[in-house]
Amino acid sequence: MNIPLVSPAIRGIEFNADMIFVTAKAWILSLLGHFLPDWVVVLASITISGVVILCLGPVIMMYLTLLERKLIGRIQNRYGPNRVGKWGLLQPIADGIKMFTKEDIVPAKADKVVHLLAPIVIVVPALMLFLVVPFGERMTAVNLNIGILYFIAVSSITILPIFMGSWASRNKYSLLGGMRTAAQMISYEIPMTLAVVPAIMMSQSLSTNTIVMSQEGPYDMHWFIFTPWGIVGFIIFFLCATAECNRPPFDLPEAESELVAGFHTEYSGMKFALFYMAEYMNAFTLCGIATTLFLGGWQGLFFPSWLWFFGKTFVLICVMIWFRGTFPRFRVDHLMGFAWKFLLPLTLVNILLTALWQFTSNLAAWLWSILILAVSLWVLVKLNRTFIPEKRHYPLES
Amino acid sequence: MTIFGWGVFKGMMVTLKNFLTSYFRKPDEGGIFTVQYPEEREKELENFRNFPFLVYDGTPEKIRCVACGICERECPPKCIHIEMELDGTGKPARKPAVFDIDYSLCMNCGMCEEVCPFDSVFMDHAFEVTSETGSEGLVRHKEALLKSNEYFQKIRPALASTIDQKRKAAEEKKKATVQATPPPAAGAQAQGPQ
Repeated sequence: MNIPLVSPAIRGIEFNADMIFVTAKAWILSLLGHFLPDWVVVLASITISGVVILCLGPVIMMYLTLLERKLIGRIQNRYGPNRVGKWGLLQPIADGIKMFTKEDIVPAKADKVVHLLAPIVIVVPALMLFLVVPFGERMTAVNLNIGILYFIAVSSITILPIFMGSWASRNKYSLLGGMRTAAQMISYEIPMTLAVVPAIMMSQSLSTNTIVMSQEGPYDMHWFIFTPWGIVGFIIFFLCATAECNRPPFDLPEAESELVAGFHTEYSGMKFALFYMAEYMNAFTLCGIATTLFLGGWQGLFFPSWLWFFGKTFVLICVMIWFRGTFPRFRVDHLMGFAWKFLLPLTLVNILLTALWQFTSNLAAWLWSILILAVSLWVLVKLNRTFIPEKRHYPLES
Repeated sequence: MTIFGWGVFKGMMVTLKNFLTSYFRKPDEGGIFTVQYPEEREKELENFRNFPFLVYDGTPEKIRCVACGICERECPPKCIHIEMELDGTGKPARKPAVFDIDYSLCMNCGMCEEVCPFDSVFMDHAFEVTSETGSEGLVRHKEALLKSNEYFQKIRPALASTIDQKRKAAEEKKKATVQATPPPAAGAQAQGPQ
């Protein structure tokens, strides 16, 4: 942050813009402090952060659906939604109204209580993840010192409501989707966790805020992704994040060509929308955490920190949408094999690389890292090569 | 040896190219080819054919149709209904009193246009046909079906001008034969030509 590139006046403006939300909250609290006791002010502080997060999640989800439909449309040479409002900006609201007016269908043999609970429960971890995401400088809702551990623990709860929903629906397609979700999410949790380890090693902290702070450097561009272990870790983390929130090409739980709609086959109306909301909020938080861990979080030149954070996160989300527009779905065995036989060994190599980098970080270390990575990649690709059995011929007896 | 993941990269570049070119390329060069219908329309092709209509020359009284009923018989879904107009003495006036086409039955085959020997029925360009009263409202009566020759000239100029030339030639030929053989007496006409 301490660079003489910009004049003090501009730095002042930057500081104000940077702290605009923090200042607003402090102003409201000081106003309340005039005529309310201290403990109420503390409660108000918690409430303000909570309300902001509770509003932010759904709003982000609404506009992510629009962004996704627009980008996918453009990829497929169509205009996306452009009828409701300018550029279709009111489309998410129209969708919401439609969802609320739809009939809520519960299968006759369904487990009614669990069927109702599943979509409610799934939103909870999705919203809880927002707590530890550092949206900007001093803009982490709860600066937990075990932030990343919390993130990993809470994000893995998402399996449970999905499985609840699929089990309670009493539908074989739902159950298949739920089974796949459980298998996929547990598998991808492991390489994801191990891909986070290098960032924790280098910043020597589990707190998301400290991880961002440790990426401070000249020109605010000392991000972890600009190191060999950083880029490998980022790619692995991002692929696992895509798999974690069940987005294409890892969308086996809701493979619409095989399992009608997977775990949400028997859901309609607002319950279905809640599953969707959780998926998009998970996509956002996972991209946010990927930004935090490897892309320097809110670190960046000139623009306010929160703008940097949201910019980086939305670039990652656009890449996720780009994936969806490009790739066909994985086969189940390929999906599992990719996690266990390719990503997992690669993360272990990556942790080793990080340890080496800790002691020697110079040009030679770069070359050594690239060499180790290339060799391990080559070995893994060789070990994972497709087995094509020899073609058997059965000559006809003449 | 190909690099691991090269195919994935190539695939992503294809979609990226599609995404970027959708903003500036023309439809036939790989851009967006959606025609946003109510605001934009595709160019109407001259030979585009939709529901049939009746042509009149000049005024609606000078209708070409003589109520011969050929189209009524030929119509595959039987959506045409014709009744001959009778003059005061009860003789057929060679004019339709009733000419209804049920647009809800019509399948736009164009048989009526092909079989009409009086160049009266042609297929229209109007495809935005609606009614507020269900299928009842889609039965079009003579008044709604009658359209001028100028309209026909406008929507299908090539066909209309050939038809006009044909009709003009036929009329001149008729006039010439009429002039060559002076009209016989009224009694002779009743007997008919020998």
